[in-house]
Amino acid sequence: MFDKDPRFSETLSTDPLREAARLMTVCNSCRYCEGLCAVFPAMELRRSFEEGDLNYLANLCHSCGACYQDCQFSPPHEFDVNVPQTLAKVRADSYRSYAWPKAFQPLFDRNGLAISSIAALSVAAFIAGFALWHDPQVLFSGGSFYKLMPHNVMALLFGAVFLYMLAAVSMGFRTYWKEIGAKSVSAGRIPSVWQAIKDAGQLRYLDGGGVGCYNEDEKPTDNRRLYHHLTFYGFLLCFAATSTGTIYHYAFGWEAPYGLFSLPKLFGVLGGVGLVIGPVGLAHAKRKRHPDLLDPSAKGMEAAFLVMLFATGLSGLLLMALRETPLMGVMLSLHLGVVFALFLTMPYGKFVHGIYRFGALVLYAAERKADRPADAIRKAA
Amino acid sequence: MVEESIQTDVLVIGGGNAALCAAIAARRKGADVLVVEKAPKFYRGGNTRHTRNMRCAHDTATDTLTGPYTEEEFFDDLLRVTEGNTDEDLARHMIAKSKEMLVWIADQGVRFQPSLGGTLSLGRTNSFFLGGGRAMLNALYKTAEALGVFVLYDTPVTDIELVNGHFSSALAEKDGKPLRIEAKALVAAAGGFEANIDWLKEGWGDCAENFLIRGTPYNRGDVLRLLLDKGVEAIGDPTQCHAVAIDARAPKFDGGIITRLDCVVFGIVVNRNAERFYDEGEDFWPKRYAIWGRLVAAQPDQIAYIVFDSKSLKSFMPSLFPPIEGKSIAELAQKLELPVEAFEQTVGTFNDAVQPGTFDHTVFDDCHTKGLAIEKTHWARKLEDPPYYAYPVRPGITFTYLGTRVDKDARMQLEGGGQADNMYAAGEIMAGNVLGKGYAAGIGMTIGSVFGKIAGEGAASHV
Repeated sequence: MFDKDPRFSETLSTDPLREAARLMTVCNSCRYCEGLCAVFPAMELRRSFEEGDLNYLANLCHSCGACYQDCQFSPPHEFDVNVPQTLAKVRADSYRSYAWPKAFQPLFDRNGLAISSIAALSVAAFIAGFALWHDPQVLFSGGSFYKLMPHNVMALLFGAVFLYMLAAVSMGFRTYWKEIGAKSVSAGRIPSVWQAIKDAGQLRYLDGGGVGCYNEDEKPTDNRRLYHHLTFYGFLLCFAATSTGTIYHYAFGWEAPYGLFSLPKLFGVLGGVGLVIGPVGLAHAKRKRHPDLLDPSAKGMEAAFLVMLFATGLSGLLLMALRETPLMGVMLSLHLGVVFALFLTMPYGKFVHGIYRFGALVLYAAERKADRPADAIRKAA
Repeated sequence: MVEESIQTDVLVIGGGNAALCAAIAARRKGADVLVVEKAPKFYRGGNTRHTRNMRCAHDTATDTLTGPYTEEEFFDDLLRVTEGNTDEDLARHMIAKSKEMLVWIADQGVRFQPSLGGTLSLGRTNSFFLGGGRAMLNALYKTAEALGVFVLYDTPVTDIELVNGHFSSALAEKDGKPLRIEAKALVAAAGGFEANIDWLKEGWGDCAENFLIRGTPYNRGDVLRLLLDKGVEAIGDPTQCHAVAIDARAPKFDGGIITRLDCVVFGIVVNRNAERFYDEGEDFWPKRYAIWGRLVAAQPDQIAYIVFDSKSLKSFMPSLFPPIEGKSIAELAQKLELPVEAFEQTVGTFNDAVQPGTFDHTVFDDCHTKGLAIEKTHWARKLEDPPYYAYPVRPGITFTYLGTRVDKDARMQLEGGGQADNMYAAGEIMAGNVLGKGYAAGIGMTIGSVFGKIAGEGAASHV
């Protein structure tokens, strides 16, 4: 019924984008869902939808599923309204289209395979590197990490991969920020950013409009929010552990290993536990989600990211537990390999969802304040 | 064929707001409750699927309501929209009970939100469901099932056994097999007959073939007909229905809210002969939208075209289908398959008759025509800024008025006097008692919830 509707075909390049534009037109003439989350109020500010608008809305969607359960026009209705799934597809495509450099965009095509290959290679490289650098026996000697890899080398290597990650993610974000027209409503200002920090920090919109996310049994729960908090704050704590360790080392000359009640250790243990429980919980919650809500082609990408986070947490905890045993060398290779691969692949996997969603939340806050939509870049027909 | 049979305390026929309120209320009074819904699970709930708010009296503002709405004001509004076609006692009773419904409904898991964008005029009087009517239904079903209410979908009721106003059992059809349901009391909450074109034709003639039905195809009024045929007293005009003008490209059934068009006041409306037929600027749209279904139904082929120009394009809520566009009046006429000359003449004559004025669609402005057989009395502006746009419209039927007469206990009344023993009705099937004519936003849900709860509690008293 909408096939020949010129509103959706002139400037939009993919089927998910055209479908998203069709749905936003349906939803904009209904508006029953506007109290559920940020997507619908943002939609209401618009009457037509450019690619940038749709990428913004798609990244604003937290995929709680409430609008699908509440919609009188979801399948089998002939209007076939499935906002969460369509926006999930647009979202996944947007990660690919913003990735920098462009040559690496195909990493999104079979993301699970790509990430696991890079991770395996990275671990193997650390094992081989340690073994070649030293007597292979040193791998099984236990004790000090820095016997295997001098601290400066470690700091340099991980500093470099971290900076690369930052650069690549920033480049992608820049393109996104420009395309969604964020500057047109001065979205970079502090109040909007602060509002977005609060909204992202509490996952305000991952709550099904207040009752929790929707699953296969149509009974909402709030588990995903809990497990996401564990994962996200676990990750931040692990990052804080590494950062404080680095500060201790360089600023104060306090070298690892640190005592159990030192900051790096406390952050690391708590964060590691979060990173182990959180991803397992998220994976479990994902299995119970209604298949209609999900983008099947993004499965590999999502699983890969969860596995990488889980492996980071678990290998870190094991390394701490086994550091005095002959397994230390292998565990260190494993942990460093996984962390290296995690950072290296961050710009090319599910990690970027947090970056783009945060950007969307900032823009949403700015649009609310300005009470008008951002001017997304209009692409030529 | 051997007939399967089940027993329950309270049988609720229907699956919308009224049915679920009845089921929950009866269950909370300790009765075993069976709900039989004719529609499949996705389409459960009849017109409730498409609702978005309910109108309840309240003495103070709340989190989601911007100010008080007294019983007296509610009653005045009801009197006005029905032009007095209401049972005053029953209406006052309902309005009094509506106050506690705000809390009761929320206790059943239904969540409210401030009024939706574009509905600010209802922000004080009407409580909007977070997520809309289907979200409300989902919450009611979830609560009912958690309480132990049993629900059968795809189960139309084909017969009702009653003797002298005493209900004993109903015959339903489940998976192609007959199913007898014996119960101690009945709540009929099975809606109206708006999706039953043959029945609509009885009041409207063949033109009803061209009507679009805004709700599901399951609102066929089978239970209403059974009850009336078996001696329950009727109420409400059997020929009337609530009809609005909706986009003619909408599907035959269940297009819901998104096929509505709010742009009549911004332009002119012509029939297929390219003639205007009514004052488009008579009153504010929320007060006049309900007459346009009837007006269009009276036109040839039951179709009309709302025509406006580019300056009005963004003045109203976007709708599902794009307007049809023409660079000139002639091109638009061709696209609409209207007689070109007649259309040009109608637009030309209209433009010539437009008087100078200051346009303001938020007040009764002074923009009007002078000298036309059918004047446009407000918001009249020349159609002169191409491109020109048009929406084709047809009558869209929302609900019907014919129902079963009830008393304050929601108990059905019998033809020739007396009342039913254990038979109750709630929702659209008895809305005609309160709403004999017209409509006020959200009042269908008030009728459903208030009488649903009363009916459920009454039915449970027979256990």
